[in-house]
Amino acid sequence: MKINLLIACLYCSLIFSQEYIIGSIQYKENDKIYPLEGANVFWQDTSVGTSTNGEGFFELEKKPKRSLLVISHLGFKTDTVNIKAAKKINHFLTKAPEEKLDGVILSQKRKSIQKSFIETQNILKISSEELLKAACCNLSESFETNPSIDVNFSDALSGTRQIKMLGLSSPYILISEENIPMVRGASQAYGLTFTPGTWVESIQISKGAGSVTNGFESITGQINSELQKPSFDAPFFLNLYGSINGRYEVNMHTNYKLGDKLSVGLYTHADKRSQKFDNNGDDFIDLPISDQVNIMNRWQYINTEKGWISLFSLRWMKDEKLLGSIDFIPSIHKGKLNKWGSEIDTNRFDSSFKIGYVFPHIPYQSFGFQIAFSDHDQQAYYGIRNYNINQKSFYSNLLFNSIIGNTQNKFKVGINYSYDQYDENVDSLQYQRLDKNIGSFFELTHDNGINFSWIAGARLDHHSNIGTFFTPRLHIRFIPIDDIVLRLSGGAGRKVANIFAENQNLFSTARKINIQSNGGLIYGLNPEKAWNYGLGLTKTFYISNTHQLSAFMDYYITNFIDQVVVDWENFDQISFYNLRGKSIAKSFHIEIDYSYQNLINMRLAFKNYDVRQDYMSGYKEKPLLAKNRFFVNIGIESKTTPRGRQWLWDLTFHLVGNQRLVETIRDDLNSYSPIYSIWNFQLSRVFSKKFEIYLGGENIGNFKQTNPIIGSNDPFGINFDSSQIYAPIFGGMIYSGLRIKI
Amino acid sequence: MKNTLIILLIFPTLILAQQSQKKIVTSQFIVNGNCEMCKKTIEKAALSVKGVKMAKWDIPSNQLSLIFNQRKVDVINIHNTIAKSGYSTSEIKAKKEDYNKLPMCCQY
Repeated sequence: MKINLLIACLYCSLIFSQEYIIGSIQYKENDKIYPLEGANVFWQDTSVGTSTNGEGFFELEKKPKRSLLVISHLGFKTDTVNIKAAKKINHFLTKAPEEKLDGVILSQKRKSIQKSFIETQNILKISSEELLKAACCNLSESFETNPSIDVNFSDALSGTRQIKMLGLSSPYILISEENIPMVRGASQAYGLTFTPGTWVESIQISKGAGSVTNGFESITGQINSELQKPSFDAPFFLNLYGSINGRYEVNMHTNYKLGDKLSVGLYTHADKRSQKFDNNGDDFIDLPISDQVNIMNRWQYINTEKGWISLFSLRWMKDEKLLGSIDFIPSIHKGKLNKWGSEIDTNRFDSSFKIGYVFPHIPYQSFGFQIAFSDHDQQAYYGIRNYNINQKSFYSNLLFNSIIGNTQNKFKVGINYSYDQYDENVDSLQYQRLDKNIGSFFELTHDNGINFSWIAGARLDHHSNIGTFFTPRLHIRFIPIDDIVLRLSGGAGRKVANIFAENQNLFSTARKINIQSNGGLIYGLNPEKAWNYGLGLTKTFYISNTHQLSAFMDYYITNFIDQVVVDWENFDQISFYNLRGKSIAKSFHIEIDYSYQNLINMRLAFKNYDVRQDYMSGYKEKPLLAKNRFFVNIGIESKTTPRGRQWLWDLTFHLVGNQRLVETIRDDLNSYSPIYSIWNFQLSRVFSKKFEIYLGGENIGNFKQTNPIIGSNDPFGINFDSSQIYAPIFGGMIYSGLRIKI
Repeated sequence: MKNTLIILLIFPTLILAQQSQKKIVTSQFIVNGNCEMCKKTIEKAALSVKGVKMAKWDIPSNQLSLIFNQRKVDVINIHNTIAKSGYSTSEIKAKKEDYNKLPMCCQY
């Protein structure tokens, strides 16, 4: 009893001895003052704290030796206030810019590849983290760890990779950079190698018809890459890379903030491969000698209060390649019939300006305008053949976003104009063409917020070489039961076939060019038109909080109404003619993704392609396309230590099925390539957020195509052909490098 | 073709003209709830009121941010509609029978 009293007394005196601080937390908006409810108020480095009530008031006991009070609220900048003797405070918090929510720690790490569950379209988002998995040198190599895109070599000499989606090659994909069509026309063959890998911030791949806002050219899908932005990229970034096949690379980004709204960035890239290798003993170098310099300057303006955002970019690129016979010296052998060699020099200039405006207090309504100009100039010779192309291109797009009724119904409306001037020299022939297009589009999106959404879009275009036409597209997403998403899509696409630029590998052959004109406006041929239909199914399985498993499946059919058929079937010629008959590409893809606590990620995919078209010689499978492909990617990460250290390991396995080969002196009629596999790996050691090193290997199973160049002993004879490539030419390769980010 | 272009150009300007009359206002209030499912229901209920343009409910702060046309809608209507869907707002408490209809995870 006595003790109890004593305790009670002590307790009372304790209470009385305690001092309190009271205060109110408010914020200003439009010159009006509002109380801030639910703001966290606590003493720094302690767990003693409270939160404000509905009127923004709080009461907190004072802590001896503590004078720094931390005030925070989601969406506001966190403030630390020094309280000395004051017993009452009145503090204003300021709104944080949306991108910078300080003090918010996301408990779930974002996956490096995200298959969207919410999006109506079948869209895959690849973050910069995924791009680091294959210390890829440029955009063409950044799809190696991704099963939706297949990467092939286009020929045995230039080392250029060609990408395919749904079994169709890159000209049928709309490849854009920050929503400005980029790899098209003259840059179709090498354009993907002109964007350095470290410049890429993220990539969005959408399969199927896609959106109408970027144009009518997408037939199998769209690949959009977002580059680093000066406002968000690290102030300084350096990447050094070297590989045992003699390739060296430097990438450097510097970003500087000029005030709180304007930022400027300078991005530079240089690469060089100077060593000659001929590991297969055919007297031709396996990978070209090359040099590239690429410089980009960007200015970004962001004014969140007024709602303006703008980006201005200038870019210049120079690329030189030397390929061919191992002892070919341009100054001696160029234009002569003793040594076969080739030089491809490209100069490209790009400039773009974008401006966007979001209406204040109406975040669902915005304007966007973009304008871009580029000049692409390529000078090349291949043995005694010449191919030069110059493309001057102008593109502009005006877009308005808003809603009908409420945000469940959104629309986009806009117009775009493009102008492309082509000048080509093909051996002794000259081609000139002007493509002008004006188009308007409208896209309506409905989302009931629960389980059903659709996007219906249409555009009307007037093109100087295609005519006036209408392009409709539709996407539907439906969740019949929990964890299952069904997607349907359908739409049309059209394209002008730049037959030489898209098939530049024809020049490193002795094949004669045979254009079977039908009086069309483009090289005597008609434009291409196709319909694409798709069906997709996504299912996620719940095992436990630490295990995540999901399965995806999709099936697409591309049906060509008109197509420019590229016919390699006769060994001494390449023929171009408009489709007479059928051309259908069917693609089936099934994939299983498994993740354990985000430390182990595994992806298994199987793909089956059935791409056939009517050639002069009959209805046949497309050559050099694997009917079946199997893909495995395993990524293992160690837990990050408090000092930020981490190990990352990544392994990719590709199994490439039989590919039909066309008849040549090397391959018999109706013969198929062997099944082969490719293994790639990469090991990274992160020392801190600022420094990491990596070591990787490509094709470590060392599979090589034997005899890649047909008729290599007589490169000026009628059998010479370096275009019939189904596997890597160069064997295993080890690379290493480092990244510094400050 | 030309007509389409003209319509497309005029269309946004019309909307702009409409917005400039300042009848579109923003407002925030608290709606009790706790999960992703609540978010969908609350936002859907708010949007079902004619004149509500946008509704975003934040899970940790329970704050519902609204954008609506003040000529078409009275804020109390929004409170009523949300309460009817089972969630209590800072103004209107949900009726017991409506609350009980909510899925288990949403009963706070």
